[in-house]
Amino acid sequence: MKRIFSITLLLVFAFFATAIAQEKRIPAKGFAVFSGDGQFKPFEFTRHAVGDNDIEIKILYAGICHSDVHHVRQDWAKEQFPMVPGHEIAGRVVKVGKNVTKFKVGDLAGVGCMINSCGECEACKENREQYCSQVVYTYHGHDQFHDHEFTQGGYSNNIVLTENFAIKIPANAKIEKVAPLLCAGITTYSPIQAAGVKKGDKVGVAGFGGLGHMAVQYLVALGADVTVFDITEDKRADAKRLGAARYVNVNNPEDLKGLNNTMSFIISTIPAKYDAGMYLKMLALDGQLCIVGLPATVNTPSIRIDQLVWLGSRKVYGSQIGGIKETQEMLDYSVANNIYPEVEVIKADGADIAAAYQNVLAGKVKFRYVIDMSTLK
Amino acid sequence: MSATAQNHTEAGRIPAKGMAKFSKDGNFQSYEFTRHAVGDNDVLIDILYAGICHSDIHTERDDWWSVKYPLVAGHEIAGRVVQVGKKVTKFKVGDYAGVGCMVNSCGVCEYCKRGEEQYCLKGNVGTYASPDYFHNNEITQGGYSSNIVLSENFAIKIPKNADLKKVAPLLCAGITTYSPIHFTHVKKGDVIAVAGFGGLGHMAVQYAVALGAKVTVFDITDDKRQDALAMGAVKYVNVKNPDEMQGLDNTYRVILSTIPAKYDLSMYLKMLKVDGDMVVIGLPAFANSPSIDVTNLVMAGRRKIYGTQIGGIRETQEMLDYSVAHNIYPKVEMISADKIDEAYKNVLAGEVRYRYVIDMSTLK
Repeated sequence: MKRIFSITLLLVFAFFATAIAQEKRIPAKGFAVFSGDGQFKPFEFTRHAVGDNDIEIKILYAGICHSDVHHVRQDWAKEQFPMVPGHEIAGRVVKVGKNVTKFKVGDLAGVGCMINSCGECEACKENREQYCSQVVYTYHGHDQFHDHEFTQGGYSNNIVLTENFAIKIPANAKIEKVAPLLCAGITTYSPIQAAGVKKGDKVGVAGFGGLGHMAVQYLVALGADVTVFDITEDKRADAKRLGAARYVNVNNPEDLKGLNNTMSFIISTIPAKYDAGMYLKMLALDGQLCIVGLPATVNTPSIRIDQLVWLGSRKVYGSQIGGIKETQEMLDYSVANNIYPEVEVIKADGADIAAAYQNVLAGKVKFRYVIDMSTLK
Repeated sequence: MSATAQNHTEAGRIPAKGMAKFSKDGNFQSYEFTRHAVGDNDVLIDILYAGICHSDIHTERDDWWSVKYPLVAGHEIAGRVVQVGKKVTKFKVGDYAGVGCMVNSCGVCEYCKRGEEQYCLKGNVGTYASPDYFHNNEITQGGYSSNIVLSENFAIKIPKNADLKKVAPLLCAGITTYSPIHFTHVKKGDVIAVAGFGGLGHMAVQYAVALGAKVTVFDITDDKRQDALAMGAVKYVNVKNPDEMQGLDNTYRVILSTIPAKYDLSMYLKMLKVDGDMVVIGLPAFANSPSIDVTNLVMAGRRKIYGTQIGGIRETQEMLDYSVAHNIYPKVEMISADKIDEAYKNVLAGEVRYRYVIDMSTLK
């Protein structure tokens, strides 16, 4: 009897605790897609309460990544809707939990592709949280630390997350250009650093879009001799302006001559179908092709292993973003070296976002759309 | 110069006989042909033993590129030097010598200079089925034969105390596994895997075990379990048994794939640790080649996959000396020269334990 009473008490307590937590949920609004039709509409929702280790960030800018487009179009998998995309987030801290030490109210903070991870596995302990099997993605994720609620991204007015996964943005940063660093920046910075690219190295950047134009800047900063590959003439001048030594229009056979066996590192940022073997052949012995661009599943290029054997010691691998520690390092490095994406700032408007998506798909963006979230009505 | 050499044809060409296929579907038949003359830097080797490599079968069956018949395969060769050109310094008549997958290369490109002749930018001259650009592009013929002539630079010295019957497969299966195990710096305590436990696989296991690595072997049968464990593998996984496949993701720093047939590449990629290396050395027929989507590579995240071919001549010599010194040899089944067809069938059925070697003294 006493036991039943205790359990009842516990349940009552749990109910009130839940109710209190529910009450403390943070109202949010943003732009969501409600089906696979790609139409963005205003969406009001709530975020989990600000826990002791959490911060609430008022979002100032959100970048539009090609991955957002893939998710919205369900290029990779069936998605859950409504979905608020956005994993390139720059904003200002407006509330901190009582155990928070890294941030104070008023600080600038950034959020990238993940907002939490298990913290205990080998990947987490090695500061590579992106490879944690339980990583919580910024959107389209299920937050195991909050009743597996569906996470919503940065095309919104605020976000709540643990301080451990928020990145400090230096006060002198060009805030309207910072957001894309949190994905496009770290995705290119990380493998370039891991590959040990150095002054004078002959390297390639395949695909000159949001990721590609960041890769060029990081590689040029290291003193590498950079060749840029794209499928249009329209970006030739931009590539040169950002410091590329050479620009190759892959659709022009003349441009492609004499490139085999020349490069020690190629980073492929291409989000569409392409000939991966062509780039492998351009690698010198022991060279590396690092793939960071993610085409739609139906368009993904394939590499045959017999080709790898015949090529002999030309390495191919993928890479996903970077860990939190490295993301902070990337952000500090980028701001210190004045390396930023070239951005087109658009309004937080459903039609504007949809139009931006069309331009991304058509390869017309130079080079990253950033949504000014202060224009959110 | 011996009297024998002077009696050759006016061009000084060397008569040879061997076992050749005359079409992709035919059987091996004896074949008489000639080899180029022994040049100043060349050695003539009487072939004592020739190994049967799975690549021989792929080539003889035309699995890869169009080849010309008659074709004498064989790039695992152990024999005795019977004639040397006047500038030869590395060998004298009577020495044991080995030949692997290449008999020459351009010698001037960056990779030849680095001692990685297998990646010669002009293309190395393969031991068989390859145009020899130093000899009027004649198509080379391999080791299932009485003799071979090549530049001393591409012949490997075989120590006198070597177990000669077992040396031939070292020249391909040995170097192909020794090289990646060494350049990936496998060391004591490393957790690594060998996929495919055949001619290459059983060499890989021995080299890795000798370095103190903890080796898991993957194959598709239970029949090889005891052999793998006896060679020092700590674990054997029959891929067809789902229970054995549990809990292997994110485990290995290096996986060496020696599989010459279709298989699931992604499965192995997932077993690699971050920054691990999947080194592919087994070559399936083109029609059966596995492939991997770049999307899978990105999802796998910084797990490298690449191929490697044999090793350079300097490293091949190092491998041979190391193998003999450490008593590392293939397990071989000796056959006579008239049993090649049968041997091929057994290799294709995965029934060889673990390398056939043809005793060339049985050539009629």
